[in-house]
Amino acid sequence: MADLTSINNSFQARFSGKVKVQPLFREETTWLVEGSELLPVLTALKEEGFDLLIDLSTVDNFGDEPRFEIVYELYSTALNQNLRVKAVISEDVNSVPTVSSLWRTANWHEREAYDMMGIRFEGHPDLRRILMWEGYPYHPLKKDFPLEGKVTDMPDIAFSKPAPLEGGPFVTAPADRSGDREPKARPSAAV
Amino acid sequence: MSTVQEIEIKDSAARTAETVDTLDTVGEKLILNLGPSHPSTHGVLRIVLELDGEIITKADPDVGYLHRGDEKIAENMTWTQFIPYTDRLDYLAPLANNVAYACAVEKLMGYDLPPRAKAIRVICAELARISAHLLGVGCYAMDCGAMTVFLYTFTEREKVYNLIESLTGARFTTSYTRIGGLARDLPEGWVDNLKLFLKQLPEKIGEVDKLLTRSPIFVGRTRDIGVITREDAINFGLTGPNLRGSGVSYDLRKNKPYLGYEQYDFDVPVGSVGDCYDRYLVRMEELYQSIRIMEQAIKSLPDGPIFVNDPKNILPKKSDVLTSMEELIQQFMIVTQGIDTPKGEVYFGAENPKGELGFYINSRGGGVPHRLKIRAPSFVNLSILPHLLPGHSVSDTVAILGSLDFVMGECDR
Repeated sequence: MADLTSINNSFQARFSGKVKVQPLFREETTWLVEGSELLPVLTALKEEGFDLLIDLSTVDNFGDEPRFEIVYELYSTALNQNLRVKAVISEDVNSVPTVSSLWRTANWHEREAYDMMGIRFEGHPDLRRILMWEGYPYHPLKKDFPLEGKVTDMPDIAFSKPAPLEGGPFVTAPADRSGDREPKARPSAAV
Repeated sequence: MSTVQEIEIKDSAARTAETVDTLDTVGEKLILNLGPSHPSTHGVLRIVLELDGEIITKADPDVGYLHRGDEKIAENMTWTQFIPYTDRLDYLAPLANNVAYACAVEKLMGYDLPPRAKAIRVICAELARISAHLLGVGCYAMDCGAMTVFLYTFTEREKVYNLIESLTGARFTTSYTRIGGLARDLPEGWVDNLKLFLKQLPEKIGEVDKLLTRSPIFVGRTRDIGVITREDAINFGLTGPNLRGSGVSYDLRKNKPYLGYEQYDFDVPVGSVGDCYDRYLVRMEELYQSIRIMEQAIKSLPDGPIFVNDPKNILPKKSDVLTSMEELIQQFMIVTQGIDTPKGEVYFGAENPKGELGFYINSRGGGVPHRLKIRAPSFVNLSILPHLLPGHSVSDTVAILGSLDFVMGECDR
């Protein structure tokens, strides 16, 4: 039975330079894979025994380029081993190949990622919204979508008020200088 | 002279069969909208069924009616402020959610809890499991037409909630954990009450067992219905009793022990067929195993602090805050800025009653999450429905839904 180190070695040889192993954090292994090699790497990992796709999540690094990250949390029932595979997606491309043919659970995860972040999955059999309703125009988990929602066409029926937590007063924002971290009222994110 | 003629008159069943046959050749399909407000959907799940007679040919679940945007909310508040929101994920086992979330953030912080806090958290998680499974089994029996069991299990569940109330001050919105510890220590006499409860519980579960497990009606409605094969269960990412019912021995308490679960002696029940009956049997056995774990946890309940030793990120004692300047400043800083997390990303999954409740945390440092993804077991468990339902009759839908034991508050987040 192969363990994670030997899998890593064989993958380094096979996808030379396309798979980068991130520094170990809290004993979790993370691979950063180049977008073009994402599907081949995940297919090969499935063959290596990572049969359970636990989770698929997305991160919006608003302001950075490339903007989005997609995170696959894999588990191998045979090895009892977790492995996180990540890839970055630029906003212009905004699409990754679907893995719903490898793990059928990815179907709903990818629909959720599309619904919340607007990332498209090429080859997905049924890429519809899942949590929000059909026809909803925004992707609410993007960082530039304000917490209080957006103005609607029907202000008398569907309306929103500024959320009490938006921008403070008792909320910090991560920053390098402690002065910038201090809790204070901030203008809400760009609409 | 009269003649005798034989006239062929078919009986009514034969006539009906003929009609069904003609309908089948015509291929007329009926679209049935089940839910979102239907007792068997346990909340607000809507399923659009395509029927050929009584047989489902296509199922399209529609979730999201309870979507509150918990992940978006989490990005706009401190780590501690999000704890009450976890109560409202799986609202049938809020204590277990509190524990899972706190453990996830503690993994990011790199904390190792003191033994007493770990033991109390184990008791909390198992108590939540008992209450959730009691509800799961009781409601499942009611879905299958056995009303009485519901009353039996809810009587026991009431006792669990009395215990939880005296422990946390609330019956459902517990918010009991803190990052790095617990809101308060066990109240006086609580362990004795828990012992009394645990002593009488096996007998009560035994009554449920007698009512259901060999009841011909219940067995007829659940056995060989909704069979999920081992491969399908893994491929669809099922976790918890639904996965174990299909014969996969995947239990995070055993596979990736957290909170010191490795020191407790317990078994992981697995099914052999993967039908609704197996999932029910797994839940019943997990009730007994939870009792075993809690009895061991009480027996070896260690003394000591319930918080990790990290004064910079743990609230000081209230008496110190009111008398000492340093502690007052410290409290103000922690409450306003939030705890000072390092930069990094972690995933932590906990074995919750419904399955693996996971939190993927992406932190840029500081007091607020950059991204907090909730891996809700109910959401993933429901994604098998389009594959599972076709081929069953409409009445089986109710049995299958109940056996998956989902909560929409968690599914929709």
